[in-house]
Amino acid sequence: MTEPHETGARPLRVVVDLNRCQGYAQCCYAAPEQFEMRGHEILFYDPTPPSEKQAEIARAAQACPVRAISFDTGAKA
Amino acid sequence: MSADRGVVVVGASLAGLRGAEALRRGGYAGPLTLVGDEPYQPYDRPPLSKHVLAGELRPDATALPHLVDLDATWRLGQPAVGLDRAARMLRLADGSALPYEKLLIATGARARSWPVTEKTGPLPSGIHTLRSRDDAAALRAALAAGPKRVLIVGAGLIGCEAASCCRDLGLAVTLADPNPTPLARILGSRIGGVIVSCLDTAGVDFRPGTHVDAFEADAAGRVCRARLKQGAAIETDCVIVALGATRDTGWLAEAGLMADEGGLTCDVACRALDADGQPAPGIYAAGDVARTPNPLHVGRLAAFEHWGNAVAQAGHAARNMLAAEDDQQEYRHLPAFWSSQFGINIKGVGLADGADTVAVMQGSRASRRFLAVYGREGRTIAAISFDQARWLPAYAERIEAGVAFPPILGATDQSIKDFGVPDFPQPRSR
Ligand SMILES: Cc1cc2nc3c(=O)[nH]c(=O)nc-3n(C[C@H](O)[C@H](O)[C@H](O)COP(=O)(O)OP(=O)(O)OC[C@H]3O[C@@H](n4cnc5c(N)ncnc54)[C@H](O)[C@@H]3O)c2cc1C
Ligand code: SF4
Repeated sequence: MTEPHETGARPLRVVVDLNRCQGYAQCCYAAPEQFEMRGHEILFYDPTPPSEKQAEIARAAQACPVRAISFDTGAKA
Repeated sequence: MSADRGVVVVGASLAGLRGAEALRRGGYAGPLTLVGDEPYQPYDRPPLSKHVLAGELRPDATALPHLVDLDATWRLGQPAVGLDRAARMLRLADGSALPYEKLLIATGARARSWPVTEKTGPLPSGIHTLRSRDDAAALRAALAAGPKRVLIVGAGLIGCEAASCCRDLGLAVTLADPNPTPLARILGSRIGGVIVSCLDTAGVDFRPGTHVDAFEADAAGRVCRARLKQGAAIETDCVIVALGATRDTGWLAEAGLMADEGGLTCDVACRALDADGQPAPGIYAAGDVARTPNPLHVGRLAAFEHWGNAVAQAGHAARNMLAAEDDQQEYRHLPAFWSSQFGINIKGVGLADGADTVAVMQGSRASRRFLAVYGREGRTIAAISFDQARWLPAYAERIEAGVAFPPILGATDQSIKDFGVPDFPQPRSR
């Protein structure tokens, strides 16, 4: 078995409120490499995407009809 | 609020972080300190029993985003060990004292560990619990080493999610529980029976009605066998004890608050109560640790162990911390949770436990895609969805409104064919 490996700096932090999420998958169209539907309605996402994905994540957060996606750029304390 | 003392938040996880953010959003500009016994910035726990065990996410990959600039002092890796309410002072493990004007207690819960007594002797190695990032890292390493058979003790949400991950990894797994089905306490065995069919399809060896009595070690001190109360044994080289959680209130033992392993009792405004049942000045609580009166179960105290409650209650407590004495608002929250296991998205709203009837409103149990509602004394109190999440918000509204059971949605004539007692186990004897 291999472990998921660290790919350098991953300053973005993402969390989805899965109570709110209705599984309509708009985020998956906006950022297909970051959000993925499994089975009928399980949302799997990358909670620490690389920084170059910031625009995509922002688009996904905008596209979500129930505003379930939050993220930051890891800079805040 | 006196400027120098400021606000201290104890417990730097979901409720602590979201509470601190709500204080800033609410306009609080004074000193803010977050104290946490784990050495990490706040992180998200739900992925630990799902994607981290499955090896899809690293244990350190779930740090929570900060939603506002906190401008806070962090005291991480530093447990609070005591509270002097008269002096408004928190004591930390390194001997330092931290004065506060207002305190938010968000110390959550820890996994219930396997009882160790003089008779049982020390526990063999290879026995895990799952609550923290470190727990998840240790368990993930144990699973990646390819154990011959994983034994999971307790078929609650975390036990079932872990069983699902083990099967995804191709590991042999036995899931043991004293009840007839998994999730019996939260959903009842009528709905829990659907999980039995999932376990069957996935190839999990499910042992209902099973009481694990003790563990045996091999010559190297590693677990090799679990003895059952009924006399038989299960051969195992990796055990996950998933017996729920106890609230982290031990550090409050001398504080004169109403606290025990079931939680820190609060009033409806999230104010911690002292031993006489009076709100303790300046002390609030939120998240898994807080035990509050619940408007859905009148007269009953409940401490929820759900992500959504930690976020909402922390926000509410923060609001009241900044409000005047005569403007303390009541926390009204419809509990909600989700879980994913065996490829199914499970979502619930309300508190099903205590229901006398459950009815399937959409879909069917046989298809493993359905929405069911729970009723008690003619009132709708909870709903559960298996891969039918889109229906849930409509039922949530009706539960909040306290409508009659079964609820009627839209104009369509619903004929409910699947209707019966939920089959909850007897309450635990205390
Ligand atoms: C494996 C797992 C999976 C889960 N999955 C789901 C799910 O799918 N859906 C869902 O709705 N909920 C889920 N939950 C529940 C959810 O994660 C919790 O409700 C949430 O973490 C509660 O947040 P909290 O901040 O109140 O408490 P916690 O997250 O328990 O945080 C409390 C913090 O306080 C710290 N602390 C304790 N004592 C002290 C002290 N004396 N001094 C300083 N710090 C202290 C602890 O170390 C911890 O960091 C899951 C929980 C676990 C463990
Ligand atoms: S867009 Fe929002 S609601 Fe839809 S799947 Fe993504 S997170 Fe969930």
